[in-house]
Amino acid sequence: MTTLEDTQELLGRGNREGAALFKEWFAELDETAKTGGLAAYVFVMGSINEILKTFDLPVVFPEINSLQTAVRRVAHEYLEEAEDYGYSPDICGYVKADIGTQLRGGEHPMAQIPKPGITVLTNACNTYIKWAEIWERMYRTPMFTIDIPGTRQAGGQTWRGNPDFEADRRYVEVQLRELITLCEDVTGKDFDIDKFREVLTYANTMSRSWKRILELNQARPSLFNALTDGTIYLGVANGLRGTEEGARYFERLVEEMEYKAANGIGQTIDEKYRLLFVGVPCYPIFRRFNELFTDWGGTFVNSTYLWFASGGTNRGFEYDLGDPLASLAEGILISVRDAMDSMFHQNVALADMAQNFDVDGIIYHPIKSCRTVSTGLADSRKHMTEELGIPSLFMESDMMDRRVVSEAQMKNRVDAFFEGLATRRQQALADPKVR
Amino acid sequence: MTLTATRVFTEWHDKSLDDALGECRDMIESPDFETVKRWRDEGGKVAGHFQVYFPEEIIHAAGMLPFKVRGAPMEPNLADSHFGSYLCSILKTSLEMALSDQVRMEMFVSHPICDAARNLAAIWGRNTDYPCQILYLPQNPNSSGSADYLEHEYDRIRRVTEEVAGVEITDEALRESIVVFNENRKLIRELYAIKASTPWLVAAEDAYAMVALAGMIPREEHNELLTTLIPLIKERDLKREDRIRVVFEGGFCEQPPFDLIRMLGRTCYVVDDDFMIGLRYITSDVPTEGLPLRQLAESYLDRSSYSPVQHDLRKPKEDMLIERIRGARADAAIIAAAKMCEPGLEEQVTYTHALDDEGIAYFVSEFEENMSSFDQLELQVETFVENLLFQ
Repeated sequence: MTTLEDTQELLGRGNREGAALFKEWFAELDETAKTGGLAAYVFVMGSINEILKTFDLPVVFPEINSLQTAVRRVAHEYLEEAEDYGYSPDICGYVKADIGTQLRGGEHPMAQIPKPGITVLTNACNTYIKWAEIWERMYRTPMFTIDIPGTRQAGGQTWRGNPDFEADRRYVEVQLRELITLCEDVTGKDFDIDKFREVLTYANTMSRSWKRILELNQARPSLFNALTDGTIYLGVANGLRGTEEGARYFERLVEEMEYKAANGIGQTIDEKYRLLFVGVPCYPIFRRFNELFTDWGGTFVNSTYLWFASGGTNRGFEYDLGDPLASLAEGILISVRDAMDSMFHQNVALADMAQNFDVDGIIYHPIKSCRTVSTGLADSRKHMTEELGIPSLFMESDMMDRRVVSEAQMKNRVDAFFEGLATRRQQALADPKVR
Repeated sequence: MTLTATRVFTEWHDKSLDDALGECRDMIESPDFETVKRWRDEGGKVAGHFQVYFPEEIIHAAGMLPFKVRGAPMEPNLADSHFGSYLCSILKTSLEMALSDQVRMEMFVSHPICDAARNLAAIWGRNTDYPCQILYLPQNPNSSGSADYLEHEYDRIRRVTEEVAGVEITDEALRESIVVFNENRKLIRELYAIKASTPWLVAAEDAYAMVALAGMIPREEHNELLTTLIPLIKERDLKREDRIRVVFEGGFCEQPPFDLIRMLGRTCYVVDDDFMIGLRYITSDVPTEGLPLRQLAESYLDRSSYSPVQHDLRKPKEDMLIERIRGARADAAIIAAAKMCEPGLEEQVTYTHALDDEGIAYFVSEFEENMSSFDQLELQVETFVENLLFQ
């Protein structure tokens, strides 16, 4: 029987433990930087932590470092430094905040960030490549691109056994083998297949759990805020993928969410409107941005962000330990492809989410900084509206640059959106044919 | 219908060189893409392919017209509502061509050259009823698996094209197409050699127009055009002027307005550039023996130029730019980028720092294909040029 103490310990545990793990992770990076240790620079869409953790490499996610400068309201200092160095106001803010960090010798609000000993990236975002080229030039350290072919035409994904899929999978596998050789060179360690299987086991636990957590939020009321709580979970999902701590964290998070679902315990606010979020959060005013919605009883029950920023872990792909490298190639191909799909073909994912999560509205938040995520949103929204008729709000700002974030203007638009939802609900009560 | 039987651009025929070049310029400046319409009027099919590089031989071997989608001098009245802010113009005007039926096609292919363009196939596909494909050119050309992968990817495009064209694309047909395109690349190299060695013989905008036509007329016809006009250019009796020699960098995707190129041509000699670099991305003949798709794949990987949208450890872009500048014996570089072009704007920083290190003069600028006022820019360029001439 669960006692009151147990319940209190359980509720919010994921946020508390996530924050603690996050601090520990950055403490490790700080230690690595100060002792001159080796670190790998990676990205959220295809970190290839499975191989890097086999070599015990600490991983730096510059995207996460950058967003932290925005959350901590110092991003503008870093952006300005990068712009003074020559970078345009019109490029990715994450890149510029990182350039600022590098120009400061790794000085960051959360830790001293180590320099890259190796950079591993995928093509899930083209800016990853341009970004990594900057470090390559700055530090003359190896850069390895895992090229992952994505979906060639809407609805045209291929799967195991299809010759086109197998050609893609072979290509990814060859590259992974080449990466292993490079890691051996960089670290001076031999590749340990047993340790690799152990890392994959932890990654499997995390993938299985992440998929389950996302599904559990179909509960009414929803269990966690996909925008705010979800970002904490994402931090652990990325930084600690393939580690025992990360696997254990996610098992305990599933436990928490299942308990909440079983007991009808929702978020801290009274849920009136269930929303989907599409895009990247507005980190310069992160808390306030969320409150624009929660003040009206709007809760974010899912987001494409939780899909693509977890590198497609949402699919819950589990590696076959009997054929680990081939399976890693397949898993990365499928997962990163899925991450790309949730940006370029996200209307398909949204249609499913809208149905499964019984949503009242969709919030599109394209941002100046990220064309990968934002370019297709206006068109996608047009088609979603035509096909599903779900109310949506489209508002542009940025994930980093407060110069293009107008809180007052956003509030006006959000308020008008909810007023529309409220009117629609009243009409539905009067006429059930109106949803 | 065969490609050799159809002529879609005859205005230049039987004209003096100056008049023929005028016809080339008019055709390139027009937003009507009249040549594509004429091709279709003859019953031909069209495959649009977005910047930068595309193996057009595959389309050609199917008897279709490969049409280079590179934006257009038109307002994106229909396309605008399909995009948000902070995007380059070429995406919008390219989609406008499709939405307005200005250019009708049977298939469209884009490439993940940048974060914006990789969204384009999905957007295009949601708004048209023909196949909209992404060709995933390797972003890890240094992998030992990249040639096998790319050969298979080209074969996949071959199968898609066969279905659209309704014909089988044989290896023999591909080899014949490779011969045509090898000839075309050789002629373009010849034109660029004139630009580098005797730039006073061909104005920057004329050379641009002659090359750009390759993206909108059958390649055999383009070969005829170049074969006819290049000797006439070489025979011109024009005097060398006291102008500085510049390399223009930044035209790999969105194209600068034609008037901007014209303005540059008035002010300096553009001795090399990356305008429409995809048309001459492959730098030497594609071998015609062996498996043609394999040869095309290996040529892309191993015998090719550079651009900000391809990463290759063997081709650091700043080194390639300096090689281009030195190869053309240029005095300076114009480092341009299209507005909102992430890869172009990012590369600008690397280029300028590398040029600083090398002590090479440069002028930095941004452009947009639909900009129409150049007074300020022309003044800046003139000042830059004067500084170099009189230093």
